[in-house]
Amino acid sequence: MARAWKYGDNVDTDVIIPARYLVTGDPVALGKHCLENLDPEFLEKKSQGDVIVGGRNFGCGSSREHAPIAIKGAGVPCVIAESFARIFFRNAINIGLRVYESPAAAKGIQMGDEVEVDEGQAAIFNRTRGERYEIIPLSPFVQEIVASGGLMAKLRKELAEGAAP
Amino acid sequence: MAMTLAEKMLADRSSLARVHHGEIVETPVDLVMGNDITAPIAIREFEAAGATRVFDAERVALVMSHFVPAKDINSADQTQIMRRFAREQAIKHYYPEGTGGIEHTLLPERGIVVPGDIVIGADSHTCTYGGLGAFATGVGSTDLAYAMATGRTWFKVPESMRFTYYGKRRAYVTGKDLILHTIRLIGDDGALYRAMEFTGEVISDLPMEDRLTMSNMTIEAGGKVGICATDDLTLRYEEGRAQRPWRVYQADPGATYVEEYEIDVSQLEPQVAFPSLPSLTRGISDVGDVTIDQVFIGSCTNGRLSDLRTAAAILRGKKVHPETRLIVIPATQDVYKAALREGLIEVFVEAGASVSTSTCGPCLGGHMGVLGKGERCLSTSNRNYVGRMGDREAEVFLAGPAVAAATAVRGRITDPREFSPHEEAV
Repeated sequence: MARAWKYGDNVDTDVIIPARYLVTGDPVALGKHCLENLDPEFLEKKSQGDVIVGGRNFGCGSSREHAPIAIKGAGVPCVIAESFARIFFRNAINIGLRVYESPAAAKGIQMGDEVEVDEGQAAIFNRTRGERYEIIPLSPFVQEIVASGGLMAKLRKELAEGAAP
Repeated sequence: MAMTLAEKMLADRSSLARVHHGEIVETPVDLVMGNDITAPIAIREFEAAGATRVFDAERVALVMSHFVPAKDINSADQTQIMRRFAREQAIKHYYPEGTGGIEHTLLPERGIVVPGDIVIGADSHTCTYGGLGAFATGVGSTDLAYAMATGRTWFKVPESMRFTYYGKRRAYVTGKDLILHTIRLIGDDGALYRAMEFTGEVISDLPMEDRLTMSNMTIEAGGKVGICATDDLTLRYEEGRAQRPWRVYQADPGATYVEEYEIDVSQLEPQVAFPSLPSLTRGISDVGDVTIDQVFIGSCTNGRLSDLRTAAAILRGKKVHPETRLIVIPATQDVYKAALREGLIEVFVEAGASVSTSTCGPCLGGHMGVLGKGERCLSTSNRNYVGRMGDREAEVFLAGPAVAAATAVRGRITDPREFSPHEEAV
């Protein structure tokens, strides 16, 4: 069971991974500094598989792909938010970090709640509070990128088919 | 059916008669761009996917800007990936340190981006080129890798918001003040996933460098693009500069906007954003007494020649306050050279400023002016998030170059009108 780390609106890429660490693309190295400017306790107390829950505009700010990479590198498989900043959202899809838009979950889940995501049912279950929240579905085009294993998998396929120069 | 500026550009370049917001389009790109932070990851992805050549060596720009000259061993190692790739692929628009500067100032200035272009760049401030009338937006490294290989990308057609500015601008009210005021009105996600169109008599009269500043901070409201339609002023800017033919687009009369704002600028003062969001903006009269440890004049937002001229006009013959330090970084080599020729650099050095080679440097807490615990900085850059410029307990205020220069002299946030009592409009 995953524990939720709950934060507010506008969690920006500078607090997800400060720029001073953008000297590597290594997920583990980046993960060691994930959210350190926002909540130093997160790095001390998180467990593998815990999830991050934000409010509006999660991931606003820079285009650094290091932000979703750092979250993945910290052992967090998904982020749940009321809404996502568009570059962060696109980067997360591209690198295979799961992102779930769910205003109900962002409102209902509190710090430390036990939560479970069921993609098949497009729902998030809050075991602590006995609540169920709907996930806003991805557009079919984006679903296809996710299903094919990310944007680079799509590129490999296109290169093999000779579709790209 | 009537289309907004963003819809017209995406429809035309996707070879569609029309597009609707929400629709996905696959579009060829005129230019793709990466910098020393984002390109190394993109290059590794590109090579790992088995791509061998970029789609067009003349349409990829690789610019060293953020951590150059290398701030430490790891950043030096990252730049080596970029140097090798640029050489192997014979990238035409490759600018290592000492030759270019900050990409978002450099590419318009050298005519590498032109009006009507579709551009993606692995840097969130790629939206700057909207000031020329380009559809330009930031993406991450993986999108850059895909576009470097294929020359294409995908977009969800954004809804559009229209901002019409009218009235006469007062002294020291620049593009920076207009965009900070706009972000205050709509919030940090007020344009999330949307296109912003900037229009009206104020924009028609607004110098190109100010238009670029406005479009630059579109992302601070969550916007995908922020576009000023190409007009005579744009085309005069392009003369002797554009390296490729341009395209001119106009929004159709009767196009549908999801929100429309009419903004009277006649009473607007110079603006200051308080920590730690750009939307926490106030007029300079409402700032109160705020002492400042460091002033930074530079960045892709306000490191252009007009910004340095404004700052130098205030600093000429004066000294930086003894309790404050001033850092001035011309955004590009061309800005630096022009500032040298005009004697601006001498003004800054005589005033006691640190002047550096072109780099993003302190804007993102990289180097050349990182903040310590509890320090306060007034910066002409674009973001004031927690920890953006250094320690998480440091504070960043955002403003234009005139407020920055006045603040450097007084050591506290200062209205530049104190230095020139005439309230004439610019």
